[in-house]
Parts: sequence; structure tokens; C-alpha cells
Amino acid sequence: MATLRLPYLMTAAVSGALFGAGLYVSQMVDPLKVLRFLDFTAIPSGGWDPSLAFVIVPAIFVMFVAVRFGRRRSAPLFDTEFHEPEYNKIDNRLVGGAVLFGIGWGMSGICPGPAISLIAFQPDGLWLFLAAMLAGSLAGGLILPSGHRRRLADARR
Amino acid sequence: MEAFSPLTATLGGILIGLASAVLWLGNGRIAGISGIFGQLLPPAQTVVWRLVFLVALVGATALTALAFPQIGVGGAESAQLATPPAAWSLPTPVWLIIAGLLTGFGTKIGNGCTSGHGVCGLARLSMRSLVAVLVFFTVAILTVTVTGIV
Repeated sequence: MATLRLPYLMTAAVSGALFGAGLYVSQMVDPLKVLRFLDFTAIPSGGWDPSLAFVIVPAIFVMFVAVRFGRRRSAPLFDTEFHEPEYNKIDNRLVGGAVLFGIGWGMSGICPGPAISLIAFQPDGLWLFLAAMLAGSLAGGLILPSGHRRRLADARR
Repeated sequence: MEAFSPLTATLGGILIGLASAVLWLGNGRIAGISGIFGQLLPPAQTVVWRLVFLVALVGATALTALAFPQIGVGGAESAQLATPPAAWSLPTPVWLIIAGLLTGFGTKIGNGCTSGHGVCGLARLSMRSLVAVLVFFTVAILTVTVTGIV
């Protein structure tokens, strides 16, 4: 199985390590800093922290270049195909999911990446949050399968 | 009030971009953390690389904090989660459980989070990701405004 070969797993490890380093260096690992970005009410008083925008824009730019480069190749280095999402319709599930995630993110300042990287520092309440996040994800998975396959079939038409 | 940190933010953003680029060009996979985390349990057949990715992510977070403690939280400052606004009179665990459930459920049915839609999706010029990003950023900003959590 290709996904169990060493180069494949090394790539996953290097990517994960770069991601973790990036989350700490950018301080997106700090939920309170993320909340200070999301708090637009602080803009008039000058207390707003725009750092998050300075994280996501260069990240998108680097990835954009990589995607461009990848388009000229038929396959990634260690697999037979690029696993690009096939489904491209904007549906209620996408928007509804984004709304619910937006509420959770606004309540906590924690999105899934920082939630995992915070394991390195174990702040109080983190395991509770992670357990709830996993439970939420599993619950979401329960309502997915049949509809998801049908949508994929639709997308291929 | 912590200060705006454009330099470390940009440097960290480049690292996150490189992380996504490595996984895409190496393995053809989207570095979306909610997806990698959400498919850790069976029936997923690709659990091993996901686990390797997440362990490396946590390890590198810890190591960079040790190497550069002056950057801030996790290094010289201890990390802490947000506490619910006093006006809502909810215990912190309840608040965190609700936030965690919404985050897990929402990213699952919406197929992505800040990394999958925000970084990888926008870089792929996906319309679905653009819509998701606009919606979850707007809703998160409104949520902070309404709850007054900061």
C-alpha cells in the first residue's frame, strides 16, 4: 500500500512538523490572540490585532505557487494522483457547516489545527475541547455517507 | 493587550504554506487538519499517515517553543483557553464542550476548516472554499461581537 511506504510517511511527518512550527511561530496556537483578530469591535479603539491576516495570506500564496507547479505534473511524488476534492457544488451542507464552525471558532478562538498543536502545552480544558471536537466530527460523519456518495456521483455528471 | 506581530505572523504563515505545499506535491493530499483529525478512526484506511502528521505537528510545536521561547504563548508565556463571558453565566467546561462540538460537527459536514478551506482551498481557487471561508470568518466575527468574549 503506497500510503505505508517510508517516503510517503516521511512527507507526512515533514509537513506536520512545518505546520506545528508555523502555528507556534505565528502564535496562532494562542486562542486569545486569534480572538483578538476576530474582535472587530476593537478596531475603532486601535486594540485590534490583525496578525491572523498576516499568517493566512503568505500561507495561501506559498500553497498557490505549489498548486500551480503541481498542475504541470500528472501525479505527486509519492502517490499516483492528486486527491483533489471532486465535488464542487455550493450546497446547504457546506454553508451550514461553515456557520456552525464559525460559531464554535468565535466562542473559543480554536480551530482544528491549533486545537491539536495545543496538546504540546496542555492548557486546562483542552482535552475536553478535543473530545467534544471528535464527538462532533463523528456525529457529522453519521449524517454524511449516503448523501456524500450521491453528491459525488452528481459532481461527476 | 498583546501587540500586533506582523513579522512572526508572516514567517509562521510561510511555514504553514510550506507544510501544505509539501503534503500536496509529495503525497497529493490536502493539509486540512479537520479532515486529517476527523478520519483518524475507522473506517478510514489511511490512519497511519494521518497519525504521523499529527504527532509531528504536536512535536514540532513543542520543539519550536523550546527553541524560541521569547515568541510568546507556549514558550515564555503559558497557554490558556478562553473563558466564557461573565454575562452568559455558563461554566467554562460547558462553554468549551459546546464550542468543540460545533467545531467538529461544522468542519465535518462543511468539509473543512481554516487550513483545508482557508489555506489549501483558496490556493486551489475553489469556489466552495471561498464561500466557506467568507461564511465562517463572518460568523466567527459576529459570534465574538455578540458574546463579548474578548
